[in-house]
Amino acid sequence: MIVTRGLTKRYGPLLVVDQVDLDVREGDRYGFLGPNGSGKTTVVRMLLGLVYATSGDITVLGQPVPKQVGKVLPSIGSLVEGPSAYGHLSGRANLALMDAAGKSGARRTRRSRIAATLDRVGLGGIDNRPVKRYSLGMRQRLGLAAALLRTPKLLILDEPTNGLDPQGIREIRDLLIELNAAGTTVFLSSHQLSEVEQLCTRVGIVDRGRLVRQDDLETLRALTGRSIVRTPDADRARELLDGQIELAQAGRLVIADADTAALNSRLVAHGVRVTGIEAERRSLEDVVLSVTGSGSDRVDVQDGDRP
Amino acid sequence: MIRVELVKLARRPRSWVSLVLLCGLPVLVAVFVAVTHLAPPPGQGPALLSAVLSSGSLYPAAALAIVLPIFLPVAVAVVAGDSIAGEAGSGTLRYLLARPVGRTRLLAAKLVALVVYTLSAVILVAVTAYLTGIALFGAQPVAATAGGLTTSNIAATSLSGSGLSPADIALRTIGAVAFIAVSMLGVGAIALFLSTITDSALGAALGALAALITSEVLVTLNAASAVNPYLPTRYWLAWIDFFRDPIVWRNIERGFAVQGVYVLVFLAASWAHFATKDITS
Repeated sequence: MIVTRGLTKRYGPLLVVDQVDLDVREGDRYGFLGPNGSGKTTVVRMLLGLVYATSGDITVLGQPVPKQVGKVLPSIGSLVEGPSAYGHLSGRANLALMDAAGKSGARRTRRSRIAATLDRVGLGGIDNRPVKRYSLGMRQRLGLAAALLRTPKLLILDEPTNGLDPQGIREIRDLLIELNAAGTTVFLSSHQLSEVEQLCTRVGIVDRGRLVRQDDLETLRALTGRSIVRTPDADRARELLDGQIELAQAGRLVIADADTAALNSRLVAHGVRVTGIEAERRSLEDVVLSVTGSGSDRVDVQDGDRP
Repeated sequence: MIRVELVKLARRPRSWVSLVLLCGLPVLVAVFVAVTHLAPPPGQGPALLSAVLSSGSLYPAAALAIVLPIFLPVAVAVVAGDSIAGEAGSGTLRYLLARPVGRTRLLAAKLVALVVYTLSAVILVAVTAYLTGIALFGAQPVAATAGGLTTSNIAATSLSGSGLSPADIALRTIGAVAFIAVSMLGVGAIALFLSTITDSALGAALGALAALITSEVLVTLNAASAVNPYLPTRYWLAWIDFFRDPIVWRNIERGFAVQGVYVLVFLAASWAHFATKDITS
């Protein structure tokens, strides 16, 4: 769906995106994860033909971008750096204008399509108030509605849950999963680990303009070869598993043993009550922190600069 | 896309407020003049105003002369400056382009909307002024033409002009409207170009006005006489020549030519810049 080769963008001397090789496959829910200022938005803009690459190739839906971007954009729904709309018009009027602009669906069906899309993002009962009186969450939903207006094959979403409350985030996640199940590939750029972890099947991690890791979420969250045991009888377990315990705190033991089932029966056989046991996985956070530096919104004093 | 742009223009309260203000100023002036019967003497005040007391049918021309120096260019510059920069500022530009609307198509649609706005502004001013003029000053045939001209380079003393029939005045007014509309498009083209450069609609509009003021200053400056014929405002008042008898075409033609070049050059520059620009707004 999206393939880039050596994608690079330079603003003057500033290297914003550096040799990025993205590979988003059909049916993916791809999480494009990186700290603020790591070049995510610039990549998204290049995919949509808004910003021109300094070097490298982009192929979206089998077409070269930006050369044939006009051919692929009708099949893409996008949300880039927050939603925007004409503040003095209603949400419906905004969607109607957006639909009328560019290659769009038939005019006869516009009204019903807009109503259906608004319904989908949870704005079905919206009145005719101008968008400037919408809350942030409502604007976000409206932006999403604009992206969904044409039932796209590919959704490119940049921070789609910004400004939403936990319930709204959940709703949008469910909506995206539903769309994905119906065949829409989702490319989601975010700096929120939990969002990506809960939604995505594949993850690309970007840091300071470079794609430092790209893999299936399952692979990234590989087993660590340790088990986590919760027990009220921590002391007895400690005696039993002496030497294997790497960390013990308040009834939670981290044990260097990958075979959870065997460990469990062994503990139980020796009369240790087990309230919970699971194989430890790397959290996405561990993965990200191990491959990225701090975000570019943090500016530390260089050693040589110190007075 | 053109339809979309026209709908946007029409649904903006600002478009209507600016048109009402544009038409309102000449009406206000007409009321004062009609009440006091004190027109500025020939050679002072807005062009042609001194002639309107004799006939209201000249008032459209006088009204255009009233709004031409500031009101009209400001209104046009604001609309043109808003065209791309306004979309960029509100963040809608990226969504329009991702719709997709081709960049050239978007620019063309903006240009059409700008032309429509400019023409409606100029025509509306002329029409309301005509109605005001007839209502307040009557519609006697015009006796004096060249004599009534205030900014005339020709000696404004003789009342040598032959009478102008109402149809004649209408034709000449249409000519003046066309000339002023083209002059305003020159302003619009400059503002549109700046609008593709900056993301601030205000900046683009003010930039275009700054260019006009610079031009106005240089026009009056003898030391700048070398560039004088190429300044955008040099022939702005040439439309007054439509009301001479016979019409003096020389400056009118030059005015059209200069504005035409400005429009073409700045539109080409807008297109060249906008089509290759990184959209980071």
